[in-house]
Amino acid sequence: MEVCKSTDISLREFGCEQNLLSRPDGSASFIQGDTSVLAGMYGPAEVKVSKEIYDRATLEVLIQPKVGLPSVRERSQEQCVRETCEASLLSFLHPRSSLTLILQVVHNDGSLLSCLLNAACMALMDAGLPMSCLFCGVTCAINSDGQIITDPTVAQEKESRAILTFAIDSTDHKVLMSSTQGSFSVYELQQCIAVCQKASEKIFLFYRDSVQRRYSKTL
Amino acid sequence: MKDTPLSNCERDFLLKAIEEKKRLDGRQTYDYRNIKITFGTDYGCCFVDLGKTRVMAQVSCELVAPKETRPNEGILFFNIELSPMASPAFEPGRQSELSVKLNRQLERCFRNSKCIDTESLCVVSGEKVWQIRVDVHTLNHDGNLMDAASIAAITALCHFRRPDVSIQGEEITVVSAQHSTVCLIYCTSNLDPCEREERVMDGLLMIAMNKHREICSIQSSGGIMLLKEQVLRCSKIASVKVSEITELISKALENDKKARKAGERCGFAESMPQERITALKMDETPVEMKNVTEKAEDIVKKYEAPPQSVPSPLVPAPGVGQVGQGQQNSWGLEEEDGESEEEEEMVVEDQPKNKLDQGECCK
Repeated sequence: MEVCKSTDISLREFGCEQNLLSRPDGSASFIQGDTSVLAGMYGPAEVKVSKEIYDRATLEVLIQPKVGLPSVRERSQEQCVRETCEASLLSFLHPRSSLTLILQVVHNDGSLLSCLLNAACMALMDAGLPMSCLFCGVTCAINSDGQIITDPTVAQEKESRAILTFAIDSTDHKVLMSSTQGSFSVYELQQCIAVCQKASEKIFLFYRDSVQRRYSKTL
Repeated sequence: MKDTPLSNCERDFLLKAIEEKKRLDGRQTYDYRNIKITFGTDYGCCFVDLGKTRVMAQVSCELVAPKETRPNEGILFFNIELSPMASPAFEPGRQSELSVKLNRQLERCFRNSKCIDTESLCVVSGEKVWQIRVDVHTLNHDGNLMDAASIAAITALCHFRRPDVSIQGEEITVVSAQHSTVCLIYCTSNLDPCEREERVMDGLLMIAMNKHREICSIQSSGGIMLLKEQVLRCSKIASVKVSEITELISKALENDKKARKAGERCGFAESMPQERITALKMDETPVEMKNVTEKAEDIVKKYEAPPQSVPSPLVPAPGVGQVGQGQQNSWGLEEEDGESEEEEEMVVEDQPKNKLDQGECCK
């Protein structure tokens, strides 16, 4: 079994701002290094009869790229985000209504999917939707020497042989969603999951701090 | 998702207020909301905040073959995306009337004014020209999307750097935007309507003007009858406002240029307001990796991979691939006792021979 050298594990600078748009019910912008994403959330609102589900809310996720029209790549990212959100939202509390989450890519400098997940979670929190757990996204890349790098930039992603993104929940630190590119061994996969679980603790701490700061004047 | 309808009492209130020269947010009749322009990390990306209306523009370029009728000119392509984030009334994949209208107005405003010299975008006449694409994304709709979009588009164009391709290598030159053209929306009696006022208005007069006080385009919609004096008055106000806005744009561009020269980090990340209670930033953090290798080893040891029994593929005849044997037919057809239904996975597309075989079997 190869021993993975795990040096240089650090997360880039984060930033987040909530409630920055006046029209959506919940909005947030999440920044990881230079990658930034803006999320807007509408819901629970009226749903079209063709899309309604009798016992739960219908979640729709839309990802808008910066240049051009949304393509297959955005559709697959939407699928990943939607599955994660559905796993954590208590959609049974809002039957026959729609929840629409719109994510706008502002700048992509690597780890885009995890930034999308984080922005989505903050927007859902800002909208005040009932959730059973919070979730966060962490991306790690395995480069040709077998080193694991978390939160890679575009340059680091290009040189790596595998890129793995995991959505981790806040209560048990279990994996909600995984999306991988490239080839890696079973051992490397488990290592990456363990690394991402450790990194997610920092992100959840950040969520806690930002929400605490936001309500510091009211509570 | 539908937008909340405007109630009758709101409508009456707004109309009455306008009659008395009062506006919902306390502005004067000819006052503009606060405009804030920030830039993104890469060239050609800019954000414009017009009060609460928020818009993002991104310019990108690509080498394409030119149009046959104009082999010497580059191509300018504008696209305003009415993102569903901006308003619950905007549906994705829509092409609604408003979206078509905004796109047409923006295109006309910029093409007619010739603010970008399209001949300078030509690389090889008749073969390769630059296609400049401007994508404007609306992020928040609080009225007057047209103005915000036009300011964002022109600022992004001025900010963009087009790579100059020559035989030896690449140099960076600035896209020459000759003069800034800015559109101004002027609804029946107020300048820069906010979202509520827009819903109440009957008609709209849009004047696009550049800083040399030349009118680039005028658009009047809604079917309202305007007096000559009104149109002249609007254009005079427009010239004043346009010079203010143009100055604002050039100041913002100057500041950004200085910041980039000084090597400061620019972008959306930097322009995030720190002092606000709703914003938080955290610096680069290392992640402890104490028990990772042990944990991973444990998990791998505990869960051995299950033995996989995938039957290997066979080639019973040329052009036919088969993986596995199908199961017994459970439809209760007694005649077919002896023949085992084999599931044949077709590797090659044209298999008329095998289809006939299947047809004969199931008679």
